[in-house]
Amino acid sequence: MKITVTVNGTEHSPDVEPRLLLVDFLRSTLKLTGTHIGCDTTSCGVCTVLVDGTPVKSCTYFAVQANGRSITTVEGLKQNGQLAPIQEAFKEHHGLQCGFCTPAMMLVGSALIEENPNPSEDDVRWAISGNLCRCTGYMNIVKSIQAAAETTRQGASS
Amino acid sequence: MTTTAHHPRTTPEIGGLGHSRRRVEDARFIEGRGNYVDDIELPGMLYMAIHRSPIAHGRILSIDTSEAEAVEGVLAVVTGELLAQYNLAWMPTLSGDTQAVLATDKVRFQGQEVAAVIATDRYIAEDAAELVQVEYEDLEAIVTPQRALDEDAPLIRDDKEDQESNLCYTWESGDKAAVEAAFSEAAKVVSLETFYPRSHPAPLETCGIVADVDSATGQATLYMTSQAPHAHRTVFALVAGLPEQNIRIVSPDIGGGFGNKVPVYPGYVVATAASLVIGKPVKWVESRTENLISTGFARDYYMKGELAVDDDGKILALKVDMLSDQGAFFADAQPTKFRAGLFHIVTGSYDYPAAYVSTRGAYTNKAPGGVAYRCSFRVTEASYMIERLVQNAAYEIGMDPAEFRAKNFIKPEQFPYATPTGFVYDSGDYEKAMRLAMDMVGYDEVQKEKEEARHEGRLVGIGMASFTEVVGAGHGEDYDILGLKMFDSAELRVHPTGKAILKLGVRSQGQGHETTFAQIVAEELGIPASDVKVVEGDTDNTPYGLGTYASRSTPVAGAATAMISRKLRDKAKKIAAHLLEASEDDLEWEPGKFSVAGDPDSSVTIQDVAFAAYTNPPPDMEAGLEGVNYYDPPNMTYPFGTYIVVVEVDPGSGQWKVRRMVAVDDCGVRINPMVVEGQIHGGLAEGYAMSSMQYITFDDLGNCIGSNFSDYLIPTAWETPRFELGETVTPSPHHPIGAKGVGESATVGSPAAFVNAVIDALWHLGVKNIDMPVSSDRVWAAMKEATSG
Repeated sequence: MKITVTVNGTEHSPDVEPRLLLVDFLRSTLKLTGTHIGCDTTSCGVCTVLVDGTPVKSCTYFAVQANGRSITTVEGLKQNGQLAPIQEAFKEHHGLQCGFCTPAMMLVGSALIEENPNPSEDDVRWAISGNLCRCTGYMNIVKSIQAAAETTRQGASS
Repeated sequence: MTTTAHHPRTTPEIGGLGHSRRRVEDARFIEGRGNYVDDIELPGMLYMAIHRSPIAHGRILSIDTSEAEAVEGVLAVVTGELLAQYNLAWMPTLSGDTQAVLATDKVRFQGQEVAAVIATDRYIAEDAAELVQVEYEDLEAIVTPQRALDEDAPLIRDDKEDQESNLCYTWESGDKAAVEAAFSEAAKVVSLETFYPRSHPAPLETCGIVADVDSATGQATLYMTSQAPHAHRTVFALVAGLPEQNIRIVSPDIGGGFGNKVPVYPGYVVATAASLVIGKPVKWVESRTENLISTGFARDYYMKGELAVDDDGKILALKVDMLSDQGAFFADAQPTKFRAGLFHIVTGSYDYPAAYVSTRGAYTNKAPGGVAYRCSFRVTEASYMIERLVQNAAYEIGMDPAEFRAKNFIKPEQFPYATPTGFVYDSGDYEKAMRLAMDMVGYDEVQKEKEEARHEGRLVGIGMASFTEVVGAGHGEDYDILGLKMFDSAELRVHPTGKAILKLGVRSQGQGHETTFAQIVAEELGIPASDVKVVEGDTDNTPYGLGTYASRSTPVAGAATAMISRKLRDKAKKIAAHLLEASEDDLEWEPGKFSVAGDPDSSVTIQDVAFAAYTNPPPDMEAGLEGVNYYDPPNMTYPFGTYIVVVEVDPGSGQWKVRRMVAVDDCGVRINPMVVEGQIHGGLAEGYAMSSMQYITFDDLGNCIGSNFSDYLIPTAWETPRFELGETVTPSPHHPIGAKGVGESATVGSPAAFVNAVIDALWHLGVKNIDMPVSSDRVWAAMKEATSG
C-alpha cells in the first residue's frame, strides 16, 4: 500500500506491506534505529514515538495507520544542531544508564511538557507509567523531565 | 578506616575520584545513536527465527520442515539432526554441564529450541518457523525440584551417561558437628522456611546476534549481546572448533544485562553455524516471550534456615538447607568450585562461630539458567534468608530487630573477619551504617507511630535489612569459570599529545564505564578524564577478561586500571627526571605534574612527559607510554549497608504501600557519586519488583506463566517507591583505590527489607512469613489465616 507519512519533518511516500509495523518501517526502512523494540506487546514502551504529538507504541501500530500523519522520533528532537531541553536534562540529571528506554522516555516527557508545562512528580510518574526502565528506578528520569519542564518554561517566558 | 565524605583530590578539570562527572556515553544515547545488536545491518544479511517446543517434556518422534522450506524467501531450516553432523547439537554450559543447541532426542522445557529458519526477511522467518511440524510423545513434566528428586520421577537428563537421578549437584560448607553442638545448647532455636521464586532479569533489550562468517577466510565476526565477550570467544572456539584468532566477538551497546547476557545461548550458535554454511551474515534477535521463557532465569531457591540463640540474644550458630530448581540444563555461570555460587555468604553481617550450609540442585522441566540476576552468584538468595531469619528471631526472643542486629554484628575491629563458611570479609562498620539509616528514617518515631496506628486499626510496619555482599570474583586460585581464572585486565596507551585510550576486558551494559574508568586514570595519572577514551567489547581490540557481572568490573578491572596507571606513572617519573635533569628521588607528584622538591617552578606536566616519551625518552629507556595489567585480586570485596522500609498495609485488601525507603550503602570509595547513586536507585527498584510482583511460575504441565510483560509484572514509575540514599565509606583495604563495587548491593539487600516491613505490620496478628512476591492477595490470605484461628 502506498502511504504518505512525515517523519521528523521530512515527507516519505513508501509502498508498504499492510502488515508492516510502524516500528519496523522506522527502523528498517528509514534506518531510524533510535526507536527500539522491547516486548512486541505494547507493554514496555521503548518503541514509543509521537504521532501528531501523541505518544504511540509503534510495535503494535501498523505503518499504514500513520498515513497522512506526522511522526516524531528521537532523531527529530535536536533542532538546528541544538539539543532539546529534554535531551540536555537527561544528560545533566543522569536520567539514563543503558540508554535503551531513553528515546521513548524523552519523547513521552516532551509530550507531557507540551500539555502540562509544570508537571508535579506524580504527573510525571503517571505520564511515563507506560514506559519501563530496568536501570534507573525512575528517580532520575522523573527529575530530568521536571528539569526539562523548568527549562522550557524559562525559555518560553524569556 | 571509615570516613563519610567525598574529598576529591583532583580538580574538576582533571575529574578523578569523587567527581560526579556527567556521562560520556549519554551523548550518543540521547540522540538515538546508540548501536545495539539489532541496529546492526550488514549487506546481504539474513534473518533467523526459532521454532520452539510447546510442551515441557516430550520425546521427539518426527520433525517435518518441508512446509517451512517451501515458503518463498526461506533459505534453510536447521534441525538438531543437521547440527549433529557438525557435532554442534550440544554445547557446554558455563557450569560445565551440557545443553542442547537444537533438540535431537527429547524436549526438556517449554520454549526449548527445536529448529531454526533462515530467511531473507524477519517476517518471513517468523512465518515459516510456525510451519515446522514436530510430533512428540508426551512425558511427565516435572515442575518442582521436590518432585524431581522422588525416586519414581522420570529421568530428565537421560542424555548423560552417568546420570541416574534428577539430582544436579550437592554442595556443603561449614562445620556440621560444631553447629549441631551449638544447637543442642541453645536457649532458643528460630527457624524459617521460605521460597525465593523464579525471576528473570528481563533487560529491555532482548538477546541477539549478528553472525558474520566469511566463508573465504574463515573469519567469524559475531556481534552479540554479551556481558563477557572474551569468555564467549573461548566458548565458541571450544564449541565450534574454530581457531580462536579467527573469532572476533563485538559486544556493542548493551541495553541492560543484569546477568541475562552472561550465558551462551543456542540461538547464537545456530546463527553462527548458519552463517558459516550459507556464507552470509545472519541476524537473530529474540522476542520478549523467547527471552522470558528460554534464557537465563534467576533464583528458584527453597530454603530452610535455623538460628540458635542464647538467653542474651547472642547468635550461636546458623544452619541452612537449600534446594534449587536448576531447570533442564545446569547453565548457571558459577565458579567451578562453588556449585551453589556464593550462597554460603548466608552467614551475613553477624559474628558467630559455627555455620553449616547444605545445598542440592535438581533438574526440572523448566528453562535453564540460574544466572546471578543483578547479584554475585546467588548472594541475593543468601542475603534474603539471613535478613528475614534475623528479624523473625528478634521478634521471637522479644528484642528490637535493630538492637538484635547491633548485638550480633561483626565489629569494625574484627576485620579482616573469617566467616565459618570460608570467606574473609575485608572491612566494614555495620552498626554505623545501620544507625545512620535509623536516624534518616526516624526509627523511634516510626515505631511510636506504628503503635498509635494500630490503635486506630491501621497497619504500619518498619522493616530493615543489614546486608553484606561478596563481589569482585575473584582470586584466581579459588575462582574460575570453565578453568579460566577470574582476573581482569586493562591496557592503557598514553599518546604523544597526552591523550589516552584505555582498553578493558569487561563490558558495560549501562554502568557507565566510559565515564568512570577514565576517572581512575585521571586520579592516578592526572590526565583529565575527558582526555581518556575507554574502549570495551571488541575481543580483537581489548585485552582478555572475564567480563562484567557479579559486580566485578570495579573490584577487578578497576584495580587493573589503577595498577597500570601507576606503572605508567612510575615510568613517567623517570622521564620527568630526565627532562628536569633532576634525580627521581627529588621529584614530587601532584595529579598531572612532577616538580622538583623545593623548586616548584621546575616542573613538567604529564602531557610534557607523554610527548617526551615518544620524542625525547631517556637514552636507556624504551620509548612509549603504554602498558597492560592483568589483575588477580587478593580477595573479594564485601560491600554492605542497611536498608529500612516503612509500609502501610490496608487491612481490608492486603495492599501495601511503601511510605519511606531509606538506603545507606557502603561500597568503599566512590569513583563517581552520581553514577553510584543511579546504580543504587536501579537496584532498589528491582528489589521492590521481586518483593512485590515480579516472578515466573509454571502450571502442572510445565507451561510458563510469565511469558510476557502482561503476566511478568515489572513495576512502572507509578508503583516504584521513592528512595532516600545515605552513605558511609569504608574503603576496601586490599583494593588499589579502596572501591568495592555497587551495581548489585541494592538488589541483594532490599527484598528482605520490603518483606520485613510487611511482616512487621502483621506480626502481632500472628503472621510470620509470606513468600515473595508479597502480593495483596497473599497478604490478605495470610491475615485471614492468622486471625481466623
